[in-house]
Amino acid sequence: MIPMNAQAIEVMRKVRIGRRRRWALVTAALAVLSLALCAAMLLLGNTFYPVRDVLAVLAGEEIQGATFAVRTVRLPRMLAGLLAGFAFGVAGYTFQTMLRNPLANPNVIGITSGSSAAAVFCIIVLQSNKAVTSIVAVIAGLLTAVLLYVLAQGRSFSIGRLILIGIGVQAMCNSLISYLLLIGGEHQIPAAVRWLTGSLNGVKMEEMTPLLLASLLLLPLMLALGRPLAMLELGEQAAAALGVPTDRVRVMLMIAAVVLSAIATSVTGPIASVALLAGPIANRLVGIGGSNLLPAGLVGAVLVMAADLVGQFAFPVKYPAGIVTAIIGAPYLLYLLVRMNRKGKF
Amino acid sequence: MKQHLLEARNLVAGYDGKIILDRVSLQIPSNQISVIMGANASGKSTLLKTLARLIRPVSGEVLLDGRSIHAIPTKQLARVIGLLPQSPVVPEGIKVVDLIGRGRYPHQSFFGAWSKQDEEAVAEAMEIMNITELADRHMDELSGGQRQRVWIGMVLAQQTDILLLDEPTTYLDITHQIEILDLLTDLNRKYGKTIVMVLHDINLSARYADYLFAMRQGRLVAEGKPSEVITSQLIQDVFGLDCVVVEDPVSGSPSVVPVGRHHVLHPVAGFAGVYTIEADKRTV
Repeated sequence: MIPMNAQAIEVMRKVRIGRRRRWALVTAALAVLSLALCAAMLLLGNTFYPVRDVLAVLAGEEIQGATFAVRTVRLPRMLAGLLAGFAFGVAGYTFQTMLRNPLANPNVIGITSGSSAAAVFCIIVLQSNKAVTSIVAVIAGLLTAVLLYVLAQGRSFSIGRLILIGIGVQAMCNSLISYLLLIGGEHQIPAAVRWLTGSLNGVKMEEMTPLLLASLLLLPLMLALGRPLAMLELGEQAAAALGVPTDRVRVMLMIAAVVLSAIATSVTGPIASVALLAGPIANRLVGIGGSNLLPAGLVGAVLVMAADLVGQFAFPVKYPAGIVTAIIGAPYLLYLLVRMNRKGKF
Repeated sequence: MKQHLLEARNLVAGYDGKIILDRVSLQIPSNQISVIMGANASGKSTLLKTLARLIRPVSGEVLLDGRSIHAIPTKQLARVIGLLPQSPVVPEGIKVVDLIGRGRYPHQSFFGAWSKQDEEAVAEAMEIMNITELADRHMDELSGGQRQRVWIGMVLAQQTDILLLDEPTTYLDITHQIEILDLLTDLNRKYGKTIVMVLHDINLSARYADYLFAMRQGRLVAEGKPSEVITSQLIQDVFGLDCVVVEDPVSGSPSVVPVGRHHVLHPVAGFAGVYTIEADKRTV
């Protein structure tokens, strides 16, 4: 149609190829790091078993001691770290991108606190077992999400309203949790606190089934919606004009992210800050331009597994993963608040 | 460039349960520049969004080549009609070339593989909008005029025959307003793009439009060539403004000179109307 300037194509290729290369490089590095952490979680523990034994046990052989340590303790712990971390990362990135707000994630907007309040209620008041607690936690998380969405709908959907209502719901749930902890019996309180801090301790293989299924079903769906999600960043109208079915994409992503993080939370408890940190770290590492959903999931997995290893082995006392991530997350949250304040986003 | 027939039939539309458009019927002239004008809240922006299927009409319909736009798959429609909203959101930290690349979305498959056509469309859009040197820059570093050229570049990369623009010159100073309108005119003259835009400035509308649609309170009150449509009576009807219509010495198009309560010579040259502002009746 018009004489094409070769220079224009040249410049564009350079930018695009540069970014694609960096995306591939960072994603590959994160994948390798995740695998290394998975291996470390299988190998490290009170007793060291040689790599050959660990592999043999994973392959189904029975080895005295190693079978219990690896298959019953370390493998579910590793899977929980990998999958829950990935789920938190993906869900956090999805909310942050969709709502165009770095504060938006299942923790901050109250869905996790709905799960937590319900779980603590189950543990302290109903004294129910772990399976029932998990199911109730998932359902409560979903109900909180629905409630938030309905309240934020008002006359038309508003992101600001969703976040503010979420913070309010979170405050109510937290006060309920505090009250329950006050009236709780001495046997229940440690269990409740353990749930609230979020840790990979004592995860059993049978508890992993729902998370495994949800990951298999929902992660491919969410990764497939990565491109339309990136388009939503242009604003509702521009995205719709470019042919993105905005309502459908938003509802599907929200449901998938909420279900996934609610189920992950029911296994590990709310591991603080992972959903908040994973997206921005991935964006910083890869750069912005395309969809960073996959790297964000990997960052989440790396964070949880690394935090668990650090908590287990770096100090004389063992700390749950949730405490380690909270220590990293708190300064970042403050930094975010200061920066948003400066930009006048409040 | 293909000819397309974009038309509205008896459109009634609005949002949040409020009706704004009141039985609007019109046909967008193909391969021309149309401007929708009207006072604030007259429904001009709602009309544009309804034409772009962003608002589903309560009744009536929008037809593209005889087919209801809501019956056309959204990606397919996005290859014929492009829209630049009034205030699109700049994703934080995005580069110019990546933003323009997003205009290729309706042409890409589910997996978003980047083809040679995509590459050429983006390069061409940058060439036309004269922003090739900015390709590697971040959007946050650009001036208002440059940003607006990038946004139009994104809609150009979409390669649609019809371009809808919602106040493409707001927030720009006069120099850049003219620059953008000239570029849009180039698009129309060189490539035959059908352009429909909402503009605030009456005189620029009269100068740059081939065809005008005038809205008042959700209804279409006049349409036609600027030279035929713009009269002091119409401006009074549409904007509630007393004015004198003179000839624009540069373009020859009608130009509106407002008459306010102050700084009025007696008698006003060429003002044949009747002052409607109470306070002014005394002074004539």
